[in-house]
Amino acid sequence: MIEISDGEVEKLYNKLKKEAEDAGYFLNSDTEFTKGLVKSLLINEKRYGYWACPCRLASGVKEKDLDIICPCDYRDADLNEYGACYCALYVSEDVANGKKQVTSIPERRRANPLERQNNFPMSNLKYPVWRCRVCGYLCARDQPPMVCPICKAKQERFERMI
Amino acid sequence: MNFTKVPGRNRGKVLIYALSTCGWCKKTKQFLKDNGIEYSYVDVDLLQGDERDKIVKEVERWNPSLSFPTIVINDSLCVVGFDERKLRETLKI
Repeated sequence: MIEISDGEVEKLYNKLKKEAEDAGYFLNSDTEFTKGLVKSLLINEKRYGYWACPCRLASGVKEKDLDIICPCDYRDADLNEYGACYCALYVSEDVANGKKQVTSIPERRRANPLERQNNFPMSNLKYPVWRCRVCGYLCARDQPPMVCPICKAKQERFERMI
Repeated sequence: MNFTKVPGRNRGKVLIYALSTCGWCKKTKQFLKDNGIEYSYVDVDLLQGDERDKIVKEVERWNPSLSFPTIVINDSLCVVGFDERKLRETLKI
């Protein structure tokens, strides 16, 4: 059994909450539920070495689970359509303010598998354009940033677009 | 057997395929417990090897998207996700 202290949960919860709010996202205001998910992220970090989505069955192989590392590739689409990510860790502003309720939502992952883009159109741009698969942030530079400045996803979550 | 039984009133055979880390799975278990319904559950993420493969195939038979929780009632009806209304209706809560 993996033990996680309340202090560790509190620390990560506060960090995620601040990062979310700084970038226009919201954590679920049901703090007990949300801290449960934050604890699960820490459990998965110890189990797999990365923040596999707590509500999906991770393979334990990072390359296969890249799309479901929190925040997952499906979060923003689910926020738009349902007002919550698959776990309901992240919610829309209306849900965060109690104007709308969240429920368990359908799994987007297998219904619409997102292919990693490997072929990009030839261009004569001076720099390649990289896209964050989590939030859509774009930047033109030799390599993607180490961490997405918007959603804090790591470099490996970027794909080359142009 | 991999399933853990939680005692309560018998409303048929209720199996929950869950993940130990999932918030909706926790809500589902708590909902049945609070309403005193007997059920059995398995946390699929805690299984390994052949045991896990076998249970994963079982879940996929009912719910091809392999999402959690998957609740199977009387080996005949499947509820995907924490759907309180559907659970109330099916289990007469």
